Amino acid sequence: MPDYQSYAQGSPLEVKVISKRFGLPNSASIDVFLAHEGYQALVKALKMTPEEVINEVKNSGLRGRGGAGFNTGMKWSFVPRQSPKPKYVVCNADESEPATCKDRPLMEYDPHQLIEGIIIAGYAIGSHQGYIYIRGEYRYLMEILDRAIAEAYQRGYLGKNILGSGFDFDLATHTGAGAYECGEETALLNSLEGLRGYPRVKPPFPAVVGLYGCPTVVNNVETLSNVPAILLMGAEAYAKLGTPKNGGTRLFCLSGHINRPGVYELPMGFPLRRMIEEVGGGLRGGKKLKAVIPGGSSCPVLSADQIDVPMDFDSLAKIGSMLGSGGVVVIDEDTCMVKLAWRIMKFYAHESCGWCIPCREGTAWLQALLARFHSGGGLPQDPDTALDASYNMLGKTLCPLGDAAALPMISILKKFHHEFEEHLKLGKCPFEKNGTGAF
Amino acid sequence: MLSESLKAKFEEIIARYPLKRSAIVPLLMFGQDEIGYVSDELIEEVARAVGVPAIEVIEDVGYYSMLHRQPIGKYNLQVCTNVSCMLRGGEAIFAHCSKRLGIGHKQTTPDGLFSLEEVECIGACCGAPAMQVNYDYYENLTPAKVDQLIDQLREAHRNLGSGTGE
Amino acid sequence: MAETRSSVSLTIDGKTVHVPPGTLLIEAAKQAGIEVPSFCYYPGLSLQGACRMCLVSIEKMPKMQTACTTVVTNGMVVRTDTDEVKNARKAMLEFVLTNHPLDCPVCDKGGECELQDMVFRYGAAETRFLEPKLHEEERKFSSLVYYDRPRCILCYRCIRVCDEGMDVNAYGIGFRGVHSEIIPNRDGRLECEECGACIDICPVGALTSGTYRYKTRPWELTYTGTICNHCGDGCKTTLSVRNNQIIRANNRDHSGVNGEFLCVKGRFGWDFVHHDQRLASPLIRQNASQHPATWEQALEMTAERLQAILTERGPNAVAVIGSNRTTNEESYLLQRFARAVLGTNHIDHHRTADFSSLVRALTEAGAADRYATMEDIFRASSILLIGNDPTHQHPLVAYQIRQAVRQHSASLYVINSAAIKLALRQAKLFLKVPPRREVDVIRVLAGGGEAPDLAEGGSQAITALRDRLRQETDTVIIFGDEIRGGGVAELVRWGLSLPGRTRFVALGDYANSRGAADMGLLPATLPGYQPLADAAARSRYESAWGASIPAEPGKDLRSILSAIDAGSLKALLVFGSNPLKTFRLDQSVLSKLSFLMVAELFPTETAAMADVVLPAASFAEKSGTVTNTCGQVQALKKTMRRAGTRSDFEIICALARLMGANWRYRSAEDVLREIIAHVPGYAVPLPSLLVGRAVATQPRGLPPLLEDSNLVFSSRDSLFTSGTVSRYSWALNSVDEAKRPYGHIF
Ligand SMILES: Cc1cc2nc3c(=O)[nH]c(=O)nc-3n(C[C@H](O)[C@H](O)[C@H](O)COP(=O)(O)O)c2cc1C
Ligand code: SF4
Ligand code: FES
Repeated sequence: MPDYQSYAQGSPLEVKVISKRFGLPNSASIDVFLAHEGYQALVKALKMTPEEVINEVKNSGLRGRGGAGFNTGMKWSFVPRQSPKPKYVVCNADESEPATCKDRPLMEYDPHQLIEGIIIAGYAIGSHQGYIYIRGEYRYLMEILDRAIAEAYQRGYLGKNILGSGFDFDLATHTGAGAYECGEETALLNSLEGLRGYPRVKPPFPAVVGLYGCPTVVNNVETLSNVPAILLMGAEAYAKLGTPKNGGTRLFCLSGHINRPGVYELPMGFPLRRMIEEVGGGLRGGKKLKAVIPGGSSCPVLSADQIDVPMDFDSLAKIGSMLGSGGVVVIDEDTCMVKLAWRIMKFYAHESCGWCIPCREGTAWLQALLARFHSGGGLPQDPDTALDASYNMLGKTLCPLGDAAALPMISILKKFHHEFEEHLKLGKCPFEKNGTGAF
Repeated sequence: MLSESLKAKFEEIIARYPLKRSAIVPLLMFGQDEIGYVSDELIEEVARAVGVPAIEVIEDVGYYSMLHRQPIGKYNLQVCTNVSCMLRGGEAIFAHCSKRLGIGHKQTTPDGLFSLEEVECIGACCGAPAMQVNYDYYENLTPAKVDQLIDQLREAHRNLGSGTGE
Repeated sequence: MAETRSSVSLTIDGKTVHVPPGTLLIEAAKQAGIEVPSFCYYPGLSLQGACRMCLVSIEKMPKMQTACTTVVTNGMVVRTDTDEVKNARKAMLEFVLTNHPLDCPVCDKGGECELQDMVFRYGAAETRFLEPKLHEEERKFSSLVYYDRPRCILCYRCIRVCDEGMDVNAYGIGFRGVHSEIIPNRDGRLECEECGACIDICPVGALTSGTYRYKTRPWELTYTGTICNHCGDGCKTTLSVRNNQIIRANNRDHSGVNGEFLCVKGRFGWDFVHHDQRLASPLIRQNASQHPATWEQALEMTAERLQAILTERGPNAVAVIGSNRTTNEESYLLQRFARAVLGTNHIDHHRTADFSSLVRALTEAGAADRYATMEDIFRASSILLIGNDPTHQHPLVAYQIRQAVRQHSASLYVINSAAIKLALRQAKLFLKVPPRREVDVIRVLAGGGEAPDLAEGGSQAITALRDRLRQETDTVIIFGDEIRGGGVAELVRWGLSLPGRTRFVALGDYANSRGAADMGLLPATLPGYQPLADAAARSRYESAWGASIPAEPGKDLRSILSAIDAGSLKALLVFGSNPLKTFRLDQSVLSKLSFLMVAELFPTETAAMADVVLPAASFAEKSGTVTNTCGQVQALKKTMRRAGTRSDFEIICALARLMGANWRYRSAEDVLREIIAHVPGYAVPLPSLLVGRAVATQPRGLPPLLEDSNLVFSSRDSLFTSGTVSRYSWALNSVDEAKRPYGHIF
């Protein structure tokens, strides 16, 4: 198991709300957790009405950390109160978006914080059963969570009549087996039902028709890990940490050509330039910045001149990109953007579930086209064809994976068009001499 | 025949869900961990345990990239070459493994000890380049570290001895 | 159209449309005459949203939406004709063509391919895809089904028709992404009912038929809609013929009682028609062996020998056995020939269901309008199935039952001695009874009383069933040969006491069991279930035929056979029947005859004993009508010619003329006109039949009670057998499933 240092070199600029217990000796154990405010939020929540809990979360401005950034309290409020069916809380721990590795420390170092968040979510929507869907590769995290869940049962935080409140809640882990698409919430539900991870037609949304056809809330690990803090510090204080409508802090995963890669907890709206220069210590080897992927590989890339932007959902949307999953990839001047586009497309082609035509065929087509193009076999019409094919996927697929593949492609074709031209002109990759440019 | 402990594990997992078929993928994963791959027998056993026709289990096996229908090496080196790793030399790590072991993507050494796989993002982006050996993470890799690791694994295998049935 | 409260109104391309709430946008558009293209959408099957061909613009929605998954709402404003929509269609076609081989010239589907049509209509003919296409070898899923992955567009229709239509679940999806493929359930092979619905529903040439593939081009074929000759359900099928060869069968226009349904026999089992053991020339016995002869020789010899026996022994020494596969016209003529020309009532056929008792019971109860049609089974809210195994013996009935359950949540109740598939998979309640005790259950259901050993679960289970049925209305009661004679009367009496309009179906084997009974191939019953004992009925037919009918009832089939054994019956004419096998007779019995004539397709056990063998035409080689087990009459259309053969119609007419009758039928249609005019209950509109409709009949009559319950028994054919003819079908014998024990469930 890697040590804490591999995630967090730490920065004085961090505002530690959900990562505050990271680094404590034995931080995953219930005793350490209890000694540091653990399960206090649950005690508090159980004294509130479910509606009050939902309102608190709504007012905190907490938005989904899985990528789409939907207001979490709002999502909870869509669950029909009166439904006679059982309701479910599903924690999305599929963390598969390239460049994202923030849920991992949350589960590794503070599993009880997550469990507490899940129980509170269950209480808020009237659910008595939760599942944590963990990507298959994270087996060691599943073991940590299983241990933590057992501890929570032992101490009466899970099971029947929790803390004498009359509220019952059960929780179990579920392993995936290698499929990015299973992070998409409806595909995740199918997968959890033992089916192939194909997405479902929406509407109906999971809040109404979810797991086993019952109302279900699906939330990301980080989202749920924020819930105890919100209840403890209060919605207002939490919201104030961030920018308007973008409450709290967020775990950013800094990777790529950066001096100090790592997972850092920073306030919502933290400026990207400072994140790269001050938190991450600037580019490795003093290289020049070429581009940034701001929130995982699904997001349109930013060019070097676009980094004066506050890192929150709305600000990034304004400049045509997304905050996504918080995976910030710093890309230096020696990188071939054609190759980067190819590598991203290779991922989506590999992970396309294959259900719908445009994504299945489009990603495979673009992967093949880019491979040929990058290795010198490009034709003048290729960039236009690729752009057109990307637009033909965009907004037309069943689930957002098609968009996730099209958006970065479109941004690279537009912002780095000249690199395509150079490939054509040279008949080969102009970056070949550099390690990352080589094909 | 599946081991008694695996059967017990199956029962424990199936009990987690209101619908038995939810357990298919977890059962396949734990079954594969024990058997080494998804054998025909495992498919039949899982289908029987959750009460679905075998084809529904086979459909799942085809879908999930961690499930394999053929035996693979004792140590499966899964090298990430996705964006964050690629930018920090993931491809070179893969190439190095390939050269060291004399095998390519999804191949196994003749002695059955190592398999090699180029995989998509494994969630170790801040420790790039990274790989997993079976379920264990190895991060901030260099070719030298890879050599060391391979030697260690060989050594570990030798020390365990062969034919102990582990 | 006035807007009612139960309708939603919306605008599509400027047209206002009113549709019932819950209608899918794609269907609403269809109603407005606007075509929205689709591959994955298929009416009646579950929604996929996979092909994205049906994207349309809806006002106030930021993205285009799939018309196949969008339920209409009031005031919705939809456009299907914008550039955005048109470009999206083109884009989807371009995507799908990236890996689709352009092998249309050699593809079986060429000319009737939905992808081809779509490209023709919506564009994307020129592709910008320059990469090598993914290739996979074609795979053999079974002797009848082949799969070509590159051509597959993954619309998942095959999977759904197999799951939702057939309840067989033989297909799945393997791998993922661009490598996704359709996979069969058993190690790369199919284990299923081999119905071929997947081939039919495939919009492209990905699933092809083992019998049709690479044989022809669709435009070289002539198509004839006719009726399948195997079981009693009467599925309509289009035979595609080239050079006097049937190349394939499918219900091309989805008309008839079966819509798009066909079972393995209907779709593939016609190949017996071309079997090289088909009799091609009349045979005459000389000493120990049979020798080819001309038709004239054979017919004249038959007439002479019959005449001789008639003269010597009288009409009581002659008997006729008819068929439950020949047409109504042929059965009608055959009994006329027996009664009016030979002067004997010794005529019968292998009865596979007790239709007579059903007609009698319903007539007695004044409920002769209570015969259920195939459509009624599908529409039923409640179904009681007693005996039989429709999955094997009546595939269409089973399909109708399954669809009733799936599409309108009909309640199915099953009484059976075996755990048949419908009982296990669709039934709300299944009463398992010891073999041959079904009728006793009816008695308990009707009269109460105790019967602890009668069903699993004892009297309580029976009471529970009774209670449930009393809460249903308009139940359709379907029964097999387990209920016959007096049992039918009891069942009908009790059934009619249930709430609503209870209706009935008796299940008989083969294409025209029902017609054989309707047409009076019975010793004591004239056509239309008129009792022979009824002098008025007799005289009506006498005046129609201009001949007298012996008043004394004839011998039934078992009595005919014992009379032959006893030596009192000397001549036997057999048409399309194999009594030696059906009744497990010893050869020595038939060798006691002075004269045996057999009209047949194949050298059967019975034909081998004959003095004269006449090669008969098969269903594909003649016209006429047949009546399915529900009493629905449909037209058989001549599709092709087979050298050397003559239809039973021609044979019977020729014999009649040779024996002195002055019959003037020029065609089977003339006989049909006579049937329409004279047979009670058969006043069916001829034009309807000729345009291919199924016309329901409601016979009314008081035929005599069943003399001997052993006269009624089903052959219990499986999905892959069909009496004698299936022995000569390569297709039916080629599938692995045919080798499994009867009743094996897929
Ligand atoms: C293709 C695809 C993959 C996704 N993968 C993940 C994932 O790995 N983890 C995650 O939390 N959300 C993922 N999401 C987002 C989920 O669909 C969903 O929005 C999220 O779980 C909701 O939780 P939140 O509101 O707490 O963010 C993915 C979405 C798409 C379209
Ligand atoms: S966009 Fe379509 S093919 Fe791609 S993952 Fe979603 S549903 Fe599957
Ligand atoms: S018909 Fe609507 S997506 Fe295929």
